[in-house]
Amino acid sequence: MRSARILDKGIKSRTIRKRRREEKDTNRRLQTILFLVAAIVILTAVTVAGVMTEGYAAETDFSRRNLAPDLQHPFGTDWMGRDMLARTLAGLSLSIRIGVLTAAVSAAVALLLGTASVVFGRKADAVISWCIDLVMGIPHILLVMLISLACGRGFAGVVAGVSLSHWPSLARVIRGELIQLRQAPYILAAEKMGVSKLQNIRRHMLPHLLPQFLTGLILLFPHAILHESSVTFLGFGLSSEQPAIGVILSESMQYLTTGKWWLALFPGAALVIVVILFAMLGERVRRLLDPSSVHE
Amino acid sequence: MKHRLQFTGKKLIRMILLLLGVSIVTFLLMCASPLDPLQTNVGQAALGTMSQEQIAKLEAYWGTDTPPLERYIGWLGDVLHGDFGTSLLYRQPVLTVIGQRLAGSFWLLLSAWVISGVLGLTMGVIAGACRGRWPDKLIKGYCLLISSTPAFWLAILLLLVFAVWLGWFPIGLSVPVGMDAAAVTAADRLRHAVLPALTLSITGVANIALHTREKMIDVLESDYVLFARARGESEASIVLRHGLRNVALPAITLQFASVSEIIGGSVLVEQVFSYPGLGQAAVTAGLGSDLPLLLGITVVTAAIVFAGNLIADLLYGVVDPKIRKGAARG
Amino acid sequence: MEPILQIEHLSVYFTQYERGFRKKQLATVKDLSLEIAPGQIVAVVGASGSGKSLLAHSILGILPYNSHVEGTIRYAGQMLTAERAKELRGREIFLIPQGVTYLDPLMKVGAQIRKGRKDQEIRRRSRAALERYGLGADTEELYPFELSGGMARRVLIASAVTEKPRLIIADEPTPGLDARAAKRILSHFRELADDGAGVLFITHDLELALSVADVVTVFYAGETIEQAGTEDFACVENLRHPYTRALWHAMPEHGFKAVEGTQPYAGTVQTGCPYAAQCPICEDDCRAEGQIPLTAYKGGTVRCLHPEKGEKYDAGRT
Repeated sequence: MRSARILDKGIKSRTIRKRRREEKDTNRRLQTILFLVAAIVILTAVTVAGVMTEGYAAETDFSRRNLAPDLQHPFGTDWMGRDMLARTLAGLSLSIRIGVLTAAVSAAVALLLGTASVVFGRKADAVISWCIDLVMGIPHILLVMLISLACGRGFAGVVAGVSLSHWPSLARVIRGELIQLRQAPYILAAEKMGVSKLQNIRRHMLPHLLPQFLTGLILLFPHAILHESSVTFLGFGLSSEQPAIGVILSESMQYLTTGKWWLALFPGAALVIVVILFAMLGERVRRLLDPSSVHE
Repeated sequence: MKHRLQFTGKKLIRMILLLLGVSIVTFLLMCASPLDPLQTNVGQAALGTMSQEQIAKLEAYWGTDTPPLERYIGWLGDVLHGDFGTSLLYRQPVLTVIGQRLAGSFWLLLSAWVISGVLGLTMGVIAGACRGRWPDKLIKGYCLLISSTPAFWLAILLLLVFAVWLGWFPIGLSVPVGMDAAAVTAADRLRHAVLPALTLSITGVANIALHTREKMIDVLESDYVLFARARGESEASIVLRHGLRNVALPAITLQFASVSEIIGGSVLVEQVFSYPGLGQAAVTAGLGSDLPLLLGITVVTAAIVFAGNLIADLLYGVVDPKIRKGAARG
Repeated sequence: MEPILQIEHLSVYFTQYERGFRKKQLATVKDLSLEIAPGQIVAVVGASGSGKSLLAHSILGILPYNSHVEGTIRYAGQMLTAERAKELRGREIFLIPQGVTYLDPLMKVGAQIRKGRKDQEIRRRSRAALERYGLGADTEELYPFELSGGMARRVLIASAVTEKPRLIIADEPTPGLDARAAKRILSHFRELADDGAGVLFITHDLELALSVADVVTVFYAGETIEQAGTEDFACVENLRHPYTRALWHAMPEHGFKAVEGTQPYAGTVQTGCPYAAQCPICEDDCRAEGQIPLTAYKGGTVRCLHPEKGEKYDAGRT
């Protein structure tokens, strides 16, 4: 850092160093984009593979019950002789699809309510802020449970539960951002010039929000997936006929004491990897869109 | 002092309104449920063999014959008299059930809350102070991993390793089979609580550690740290004297505000370890459509969460000299 | 006398992040040389954003991690390495910063002056230091937000005199103060210099600098463009660089004529004279490749290829 070097020598080494640094930067940008592409390819592949193996995953064969992992069944088999790798893949696929659906609905609700609280004046803001506090006051799991119950559990229950409980934090971010933007000189100027509020928001504010919204949306996936599997695990979500990770892990509990560790280990680890991929994806996208927001 | 009381009063009123909202929402959700509590708890076959009278009696017991609004107003009136109704599954007053369960969960939640807070703060301070170097990368990696891991799976793993393989801890059930509940010693209870508390502590760390890290980095880039450095204070002294002092308050506030996450986690963890706490009761009540109990649990949990938020708000006034001295003068 | 501080060809480089990970190297201080003798006050004058504060930070060895330094800094005749700077700061070399944001908002003033030590000796010294600047013992019990602007400045100066300073670096120590209060603060620097310390006084206010300094170094877009004795400013003919003369004309007592155009941000000018865009007598060779060298001229130094031409231009102007 602090170097006492003779000046002209310093200039030479500086230009070399500068060039090297620039190369490193383009490399890093390329790496990030490669990572994004790879992550999306992997997640898509898992989703598609899961859909395709769904039939095989449900196939029971009592001649191969409770097999520990081997080459033929890398994740082992369960007490009905179902292949755990196929079940895991099918479960992950289901989780990803539900995650994408619920995160999208949640983000849409957040955008709608966040915007509404800024556009429709103080009263609307008070009501929406109150709703945000309300939803955040009930632990997520409990709320998802309740909403799922209201919808009669199952697929509809989980989707409604997760989508309707995950919007508050993003809604808060959007509201805060919009309030700040509203005070920006160019917005005030546009308002003075008679541009209507809604138009102003659509034309000038929403484009600014896009980076936050996108990263917020992607970072919702991990939460959505985790809560879906948790609620299913507790018995409030997908029914036991479906190949969900929550169902698999809940069943595995009965076989833990008899040493069938593979029933719990592999499906759970696979889920963790998928969630990490989503989380890293979100983090990278955020860094690409808004590098100053991240302390590296 | 006066405006501080006013501030507290306003917050309290808001809290009561929110609790009212929570109870209404919970009640509506439970009533909207298409799941018939009679069918879930008595069973289709049993219902078929019963007489009309018996069924009517059961309907009255489960409350399915009264219109929702009437039921809610009745419930609210009773609550104001300190009566949360009777749990349909446990056949005991809801408050008694919650009291027993909360007693079981309390130490579990508190220890996990304290441990994860202290651990998270420490990790955040270390990561922020070592920004970009290996301890920072390690801690950030750990936080990413842990926040991507479902709490119940981690619980299963710990159960598998420590209870099944190593046999250090019991596999489940706070009261061992064949033993009278009264005969369970405190040591037994403690042994049962270790793994759930460990799981909750491990998972609770990520959020506070990452927040503290960001805050620590901001502090280390501040003017006053620059000046401290210019005055020859060592890095260690800067981190401990200035960093910790300025990072502690936001961290403690965050920890108070994140009570909800620990309670949410306890629902899952108690289920895995069959730990007889509030979370497990919530799951039982939910699966068995025990409306009064679930309603009671939701309201009590929300009250704890809001109380945590309230403490977080008030804490700033007590600890931050700017607000403290300003209030004393005003 | 041997100079207490001797800086030769100092350059400070910064790495900055831009959107989407592009890094950029900025030379925020370029080829700076200056000397301070004990008892002397040397002012560095430049507009905000010209990179002055980084000069202070590089002497103290507290530049942020994304920067690096070239050139040499000598303190009391010896190279001021990173290790040595670490040892000397807070013992012999002191920074006096701008204002109250440089105090920890959650720590009482006394504890900050004492730097965490609690013995009787440091208590006595901190009380004496505060007293020297007219601050009572009760000041020690105050939090920074309870200090007025002038009090905060005096606390910051007091924090330096708990030890025996040999070099004081004052980085804009007076913004926000009215002229009288500012002069009073500056008189404290004169006292410290008279006690034998060398003072580096960094400011954007030429008038203020002239009222207290012995030597003035003019800073422009990260480069020192002229070094002159304070007495040279008595008469515009004695000045050497077109920018210094423009500054002189901008002073209230000399007609208040604003300098036209804006100064480029430090580090954005890569080649040639940084002042070229604003200079009334700019020639083609001023914009040529490479940096204009600093040359001795009429008893001072100047970074200009055609100082005589500037003199003629200015003579015609008045």
